[in-house]
Amino acid sequence: MVVSSDAPRPDDMPARTVLDEQDISRALTRITHEILERNRDADGVLLLGIPTRGVDLARRIAARMSEVEGRPITPGSLDVTMYRDDLRMRPARALEHTSIPEDVDGKTVVLVDDVLFSGRTIRAALDALGDLGRPKAVQLAVLVDRGHRELPIRADFVGKNLPTSLAEKVKVRLTEADGEPDSVTIVGGAS
Amino acid sequence: MKSSHLLSAADLDRDDALRILDTAEELLSVAQRPIKKLPTLRGRTVVNLFFEDSTRTRISFEAAAKRLSADVINFSAKGSSVSKGESLKDTALTLQAMGADAVVIRHSASGAPHRLATSRWMSGSVVNAGDGTHEHPTQALLDAFTMRRHLGDLEGKSITIVGDVLHSRVARSNALLLHTLGAEVTLVAPPTLLPVGVETWPVAHAYDLDANLEKADAVMMLRVQRERMNASYFPSAREYSRRFGLDTARMNRMPEHAIVMHPGPMNRGMEITADVADSPRSVIVEQVTNGVAVRMAVLYLLLGGAADADSPEGNA
Repeated sequence: MVVSSDAPRPDDMPARTVLDEQDISRALTRITHEILERNRDADGVLLLGIPTRGVDLARRIAARMSEVEGRPITPGSLDVTMYRDDLRMRPARALEHTSIPEDVDGKTVVLVDDVLFSGRTIRAALDALGDLGRPKAVQLAVLVDRGHRELPIRADFVGKNLPTSLAEKVKVRLTEADGEPDSVTIVGGAS
Repeated sequence: MKSSHLLSAADLDRDDALRILDTAEELLSVAQRPIKKLPTLRGRTVVNLFFEDSTRTRISFEAAAKRLSADVINFSAKGSSVSKGESLKDTALTLQAMGADAVVIRHSASGAPHRLATSRWMSGSVVNAGDGTHEHPTQALLDAFTMRRHLGDLEGKSITIVGDVLHSRVARSNALLLHTLGAEVTLVAPPTLLPVGVETWPVAHAYDLDANLEKADAVMMLRVQRERMNASYFPSAREYSRRFGLDTARMNRMPEHAIVMHPGPMNRGMEITADVADSPRSVIVEQVTNGVAVRMAVLYLLLGGAADADSPEGNA
């Protein structure tokens, strides 16, 4: 989330693709099955994507889940901007959309994001969830875990573990958000 | 926002205005949540500095600041040292010494917020909550927000503002903001209640309410501000309400989708009849609800980001 979107001047550096369209699709299918396996079925599971790309990923997982379960599953989105700890470090940002399709009380909420990095976005998401109700449990699904955690947070479902150096940037591209084919690339750093 | 103050609706360009309205759209849902609070402005102090009476604006700003977890200090001129003759400057210095991050000011003198913002008496953000007969930008924002929720994009929409334009800061701010948002505004009032120079405003004006009802997407009634009138601007209250009041017969001539607005407080029976004020087409109560969300958006965008990042004097 933090590094995926508007990383400054990464375009002049060499990029290497670590996940292509096929890999991302397979990873999401696996995550879907893992979520269903862990929670027995989709009853009581509420998928909440973190804007912007987490929402697209949550929609894709929900679509796969609907297929397996044979009933429509509606994902939601949870904007965490107002709960971030770095608000005072830059000008006020525009808010993203929050939509909570059903009450979170007693549900198993699965947060979905594209990249897990410092863990601060997830910390903010947990605070935001706490103001919405009391879920039975909260789980975390991410497409990429690139390490370098700054908080005691881990993911339950990971598309790919990607050891990176802090000098590198991880870029996630999704058709819905970026209008280009799905990909995960690493930019910069020594390679 | 580009400035660290909100003094006039004219300071907002289209992008700024839309940013506030879009932010308010998201913040509106906070009112429906079990915990109606966001931690965003924790530790910031917002002072409501009210030199003039107000119910909804002060309560609205107070609720907005509290929902963002800011500390709120309410100051009203009555019962304060202002009645002992303290000047605006000394009041401002006191607030600065107390560490106010934002001051929401209402004053009977036009330009008081501007003086406060440009004086260097204090370093916080200044929000104009109504100054004399000049401007009331957050009211215009909440009106535009309410219209947008009912009418969609305001580009090309026709808005009729009726009544005491001369004394109305609401009308002035609305005219400026709605023009920025692309709406076509018509001011309707008796000639005595239109300000000198209204022809230089980016709006049309007319003297006949009946001719301006059929095209209106929204009709906004203004309060007749008796307390600011030092002469007789119209022959009698009865004649005023006959010619410029909104009653059921007039409301029925408005298009089906058109809404009725009033910034409050209303003089029922004067500029608007009780039937119209309580009709389903009246969005007057909704304006109050939306006011909190819009003021949350303004406070968030002014105070939520980097401290003093874009204020000219920095953190002196």
